[in-house]
Amino acid sequence: MAKAPARKTAAPKKTASTPAPASNREGPRDPLPYDATPEELEKFYREMLLIRRFEEKAGQLYGLGLIGGFCHLYIGQEAVAVGLQSALDGDKDSVITGYRDHGHMLAYGIDPKVIMAELTGRQAGISKGKGGSMHMFSVEHKFYGGHGIVGAQVSLGTGLAFAHKYRGDGGVAMAYFGDGAANQGQVYESFNMAELWKLPIIFVIENNQYAMGTSVNRASAEDQLYRRGESFRIPGMQVDGMDVLAVRGAAEAALEWVRAGKGPVLMELKTYRYRGHSMSDPAKYRSREEVQAVRDKSDALEHLKKVMLDAGIGEDRIKDIDKEIRAIVAESADFAESAPEPELSELYTDVLVEQY
Amino acid sequence: MAIELKMPALSPTMEEGTLAKWLVKEGDTVKSGDILAEIETDKATMEFEAIDEGTIGQILVAEGTDNVKVGTVIATITGEGEEAPSTSVRAEPVEAPSLSATSPEEKGGPLASSGQTEEKVEKPAATERASDPAIPEGTTMVKLTVREALRDAMAEEMRADDRVFVMGEEVAEYQGAYKVTQGLLQEFGPQRVVDTPITEYGFAGLGAGAAMGGLRPVIEFMTFNFAMQAIDHIINSAAKTNYMSGGQMRCPIVFRGPNGAASRVAAQHSQNFAPWYASVPGLIVISPYDAADAKGLLKAAIRSEDPVVFLENELLYGRSFDVPDLDDHVLPIGKARIMREGSDVTIVSYSIGVGLALEAADQLAGEGIDAEVIDLRTLRPLDTATVLASLKKTNHLVVVEEGWPVCSIASELAMVAMEQGFDDLDAPVMRVCNEDVPLPYAANLEKAALVDVPRVVAAVKAVRNRG
Repeated sequence: MAKAPARKTAAPKKTASTPAPASNREGPRDPLPYDATPEELEKFYREMLLIRRFEEKAGQLYGLGLIGGFCHLYIGQEAVAVGLQSALDGDKDSVITGYRDHGHMLAYGIDPKVIMAELTGRQAGISKGKGGSMHMFSVEHKFYGGHGIVGAQVSLGTGLAFAHKYRGDGGVAMAYFGDGAANQGQVYESFNMAELWKLPIIFVIENNQYAMGTSVNRASAEDQLYRRGESFRIPGMQVDGMDVLAVRGAAEAALEWVRAGKGPVLMELKTYRYRGHSMSDPAKYRSREEVQAVRDKSDALEHLKKVMLDAGIGEDRIKDIDKEIRAIVAESADFAESAPEPELSELYTDVLVEQY
Repeated sequence: MAIELKMPALSPTMEEGTLAKWLVKEGDTVKSGDILAEIETDKATMEFEAIDEGTIGQILVAEGTDNVKVGTVIATITGEGEEAPSTSVRAEPVEAPSLSATSPEEKGGPLASSGQTEEKVEKPAATERASDPAIPEGTTMVKLTVREALRDAMAEEMRADDRVFVMGEEVAEYQGAYKVTQGLLQEFGPQRVVDTPITEYGFAGLGAGAAMGGLRPVIEFMTFNFAMQAIDHIINSAAKTNYMSGGQMRCPIVFRGPNGAASRVAAQHSQNFAPWYASVPGLIVISPYDAADAKGLLKAAIRSEDPVVFLENELLYGRSFDVPDLDDHVLPIGKARIMREGSDVTIVSYSIGVGLALEAADQLAGEGIDAEVIDLRTLRPLDTATVLASLKKTNHLVVVEEGWPVCSIASELAMVAMEQGFDDLDAPVMRVCNEDVPLPYAANLEKAALVDVPRVVAAVKAVRNRG
């Protein structure tokens, strides 16, 4: 069992000290922190930083009125998507998530320009400007959304896993959801079918401690969310979601299990979002100090930077990457601001595929 | 005194069955719980249990007899001494087979009222019907029930396309709660005919996800009443995905099952959801009446790249119609069909209402009113052109719908007539719908709540100023 992050302020009381329950059921092996090469460390850093800077820019553009509606930022949670998806095989494994989806798309190699252009509602956006922040998809990259209804992606992801098994293509589905969605009924309907039929799926709870404004403890009778699969015989893993190497290591253990045909795994990634639930959230349910304490002590990027320095990657190299990422984000923002809005005729296209 | 054993009703809609086999003979002593006979309905073979003790007196209906009407006395039991009052016979849902024999007190009891709706609409003569222009002239026809036609449609599409699978409650080993999926498990195996737990929201979402992932799911709801638990996925996941993704991600899925009132199953199991789904852009909504359309349109639905809600009707499952004997009978989605040509009034309907409309048209013909009957078949997209062309000819429009009147397909068509056919209207559009109440259980109240032929006839006369 990977260690939970030691965060006095944000973590629920029981987290750090709860021992793994004695279990007589088989499960994935205990994960080890991933032993990354310097190149891989740079890759993780680049991807995580791209998400951070991209989201900061999106927040700015929102403030300028260039992005509208609901916009949920991933800042703070970067290690989760990067650590997990780096372990997947992009040619055959599928990913699905909820509305906080920008990070997962960037981590699956989707061009930041078309994501940002979708946020600004432009024709060049990945959904032609018809989806917006919460509804983005890339079938080409096996990224299946981007879903706005809390918990829906869990059943849909179970369907993706069903399709993998049906075709026998060796793929695994990864379905992300939050600590809030973990209380939706359809999640458990999906758990039941996934284990019953031994579907190749990893259920990932990104526990960022707050379902909008409601903390895990105020909403969950069992707040150790990795145990939520137990009555379905789905093995659970609790992972430090602020440490990309721990996340990657856990992902490998989970994937071994799932790829061996042993059915689903439930991973709880303990993480934290620095920003409000969405851009319009004043975040009165937690103190500034709480947020600051996590940033100071557990920030995923700072942690990775230390690992990189220890691995002999110089400050200069890290600064070069920072510069490179800033340029990519600036370019995507320029593109998203200058690209034209959809033609009015687009209003009526794509309602149906066929003509009747 | 002898107890009469009567042919039992084994489902809410059963009217007759086959006495397949007697397991006792005259003179045998039986006690409560002994199995007396096997009875075949159109859905299943069921065991008929004794409820009273005694000796089998006479066997009045020989084994192998078909079409034994519910309520027919099939045997007698000679009891000893005084008889305790027996449990009465009730129409049992096919999902929970449990039978009881009838006691003498039950003569002409509740059985008589079972399935009246079906009986009524079975009368119209086929000679009056217009042929479907989508079917080539001279095509050989075979008689099939709607149930068989639906099954054949699925089986043919599954043979043609590996991606097609069927999923739902009791679709595989039980052979379908209403026997629509009969035999599919045997032909295609458990990989492609998948029994689910009772988990509508979950398997509707799973199906939608599988469709997004490249498969062609046919998701059966035991009835559409239960699909309300899953309506989020039908609308938010299936219907909107193509648009939200700018045409990039599709959800080619069929959600199918019985819709509308069945028989004596009361409010929570009797509702027509057609207007709900038909209001949603991104969905195709189909609701066939006869077996040929059921087959041809279900095949089209399975092949469609768009999500389809396919609304069947339990009362029609057992009814037989001519179906074209073609290798690949596929009908176009979005095309209404003129079922009967006429010049005085247009009666538009869909699903079970089409039978009522046809019967009403036959009656009206006897009174000198020549009605045209249109079966919409597809409710989204609605074939307004066919309706408006007919209105142009008849100048009178009546819509018949087995469903509530408010915000209905009928009210939509009335609006279409106002907006696009106003100059053709010689009288206000009339709608004949169910009463605006939850469907009651009591036989007389249920009958009063549902559309019927006299109401259609009266509405037509009213628009023709003949009331």
